[in-house]
Amino acid sequence: MGAVRRFVLRRRGGDRWHWTDVVAWTWLVLGLILMLGPAIWLTLSSFKTRSALNEFPPTLLPLTTETRMVEGYEEPLELYRVTLEDGEERVLAQVRRVGIVAQMVDPDDPGERIDVPIAAREPVRTTELATENYTEPLERFAFLTFFYNSVFVTVMATVITLIVNSMAAFALSKYQFRGRGTVLIFILATLMVPLPVILVPIYVVINYLNLFDSLWGVILPTVATPTGVFLLRQYMLTIPDELIEAARMDKASEWKIYWRIILPLTAPALAVLAIFSVMWRWNDFLWPLVVLSQRELYTLQVGLNAFAGELNVQWHYVLAMTVLTMLPVVIIFVFLQRFITSGVASTGMK
Amino acid sequence: MSDLALASVIKRFGDVAVLHGIDLEVHDGEMVVFVGPSGCGKSTLLRIIAGLEKASEGDILLDGRRVNDISAADRGLAMVFQSYALYPHMSVRQNLAFGLENSRMPRREVRQQIEEVARMLRIEPLLDRKPRQLSGGQRQRVAIGRAIVRRPGIFLLDEPLSNLDAELRVVMRSELAALHKRLQATMIYVTHDQVEAMTLADRIVVLKDGRIEQVGTPLELYNHPDNAFVAGFIGSPRMNFLEGRVAGVGGASVAVVLGPDDATRLDIPLDADDHGVRVDDRVSIGIRPHEIVLTEETGYPVTAEQVEQLGNETIVHTRAEDDTALLICLDGQHPIGEGDRLGLDLAHASLHLFDPQGCRLGGQVKAGRGVRPATEAAS
Repeated sequence: MGAVRRFVLRRRGGDRWHWTDVVAWTWLVLGLILMLGPAIWLTLSSFKTRSALNEFPPTLLPLTTETRMVEGYEEPLELYRVTLEDGEERVLAQVRRVGIVAQMVDPDDPGERIDVPIAAREPVRTTELATENYTEPLERFAFLTFFYNSVFVTVMATVITLIVNSMAAFALSKYQFRGRGTVLIFILATLMVPLPVILVPIYVVINYLNLFDSLWGVILPTVATPTGVFLLRQYMLTIPDELIEAARMDKASEWKIYWRIILPLTAPALAVLAIFSVMWRWNDFLWPLVVLSQRELYTLQVGLNAFAGELNVQWHYVLAMTVLTMLPVVIIFVFLQRFITSGVASTGMK
Repeated sequence: MSDLALASVIKRFGDVAVLHGIDLEVHDGEMVVFVGPSGCGKSTLLRIIAGLEKASEGDILLDGRRVNDISAADRGLAMVFQSYALYPHMSVRQNLAFGLENSRMPRREVRQQIEEVARMLRIEPLLDRKPRQLSGGQRQRVAIGRAIVRRPGIFLLDEPLSNLDAELRVVMRSELAALHKRLQATMIYVTHDQVEAMTLADRIVVLKDGRIEQVGTPLELYNHPDNAFVAGFIGSPRMNFLEGRVAGVGGASVAVVLGPDDATRLDIPLDADDHGVRVDDRVSIGIRPHEIVLTEETGYPVTAEQVEQLGNETIVHTRAEDDTALLICLDGQHPIGEGDRLGLDLAHASLHLFDPQGCRLGGQVKAGRGVRPATEAAS
């Protein structure tokens, strides 16, 4: 920890503050707030109760009013800090509110009823996490199904993407054939075509193949990515040709060369593509929306969207499910980042 | 073990011909070294034999069978690359096993083969390491092991020692020679270092610009080079070439004069009519640095420019009156200083005569320092 602390707190001016230190720190802190702020806000808000979400001004932490069981009453009563007419401050439990007058009792001495104007009272609040925001949608609604669908689509699409793209990249990087350059340019040129343009044609094809309203209809059109092919090709170009020649002399078939030599050596680039693919597929909204019509097949993104309209925007559920939707991508990224930073394939050559 | 025959092999890259009609035979159990300057086509020729490149024209025959259209994997050859080309993500054991697994050998046999080869090359303690954890010499032995374990018909080695430091190179050279003897394997070895060629080869093939200049045993090439290129390439330090003129032609020898005022006269056995040599023809005389001695009497006059004392011998860079540079290696330590005028005795050295195009005309290999000719006179 000492080394980390030293690294983080180092300054150009040594012990004093140089103006570049001030600028750097301001920039970094501002950036941190800008980037992380909304995510933290989202997470904290997802733990607020529905009524707390409607409050203005909003509170940072999820707060709820404390309650206490009072003798003689079945339900727990909310506690308020009250300023009485004589200026005294007391903590009282509210029985009911009628108009602008609140009927309150002393929680220790419930017999006496005191009427207090609502302006004079303030709720006693504590931090409490409304975890039911998370559990209720999963129990009562089909969110778990949506979750499974998303996982299925993402995992299958990523696996197929990695295989298909690496095969194309291998061919385009390590094989010499006429028209190789043209093919590469064609593939890259498709990057220029925006999705709305090809949306309808792909939809027609999907329909024709009877893949409409199925998860495979969501997966298959998305697996051939020009970005992936290009990324992997550039990485494979750095694999020395002599390795492949040595493998050929070792009686390896072309498939063996691909599967046992090229793929393991391309691991860092594959990890990058996997991260990209997971992010794209998990967050993909438009394509699943177009293809899927059965509610049981909805992915999380589409489910969230339908959720919002159907239930009159129950914000607390929407927020909670959004956090859940965000989590897997973050976890995958943290897990796979190790591969990117662990360095290029060290070679067996001098 | 296999033998190899190349018949009129031509290789073109686009319009440029890199190999012009190579004819060669490599016999079973031989160590043949391809040697030549950079760009002479020796690596290309090796790759064509391996099957990694296709010959534009000509035939490659392994054990009498034409293999031009057979892929590299199926020719039954093994190659050791200049940069070793070890699979970096596999351990040494897996590197060695890869080729055998592809041949679908039973696992127990694979293990046995690997252990045998590992013992032979003394790489047993390294079997579970990855290539990046090995030193250069160890990697090279693993690369050789990978070739041996496949029991190929011919071993192809592409400058395997060029990435090692000088001391290790000497050690590995003798190890390779011992390996060749032990395995009795046919080996084709490519190098640009003529010392490696001389020490390792049963036969040397000297290549230049895609053509074979000469094929022969090391001593054949040293004593009877066919042309000026081979004469200058083989032997270290390089042979000296002096310009001279034919002064007299008669019977079985010609008289060549050289030096200022044609003072030095050398008689070289040569049948003048056979080679169309006439009086006043200009010729080159090749003399090796180690065979020149100093003389007190009138010798070929040179001025010493630079003297290198090595302890066991003295190397003197000299310059003749016609500005030709001459290198002489004298045994022992001589007190020669810069600017000294020296007289050289050329008559007792082995002489090689070349015409202006570089073709050998004749010569005489004399018994002398380091030379013991099979016959007295040769042509």
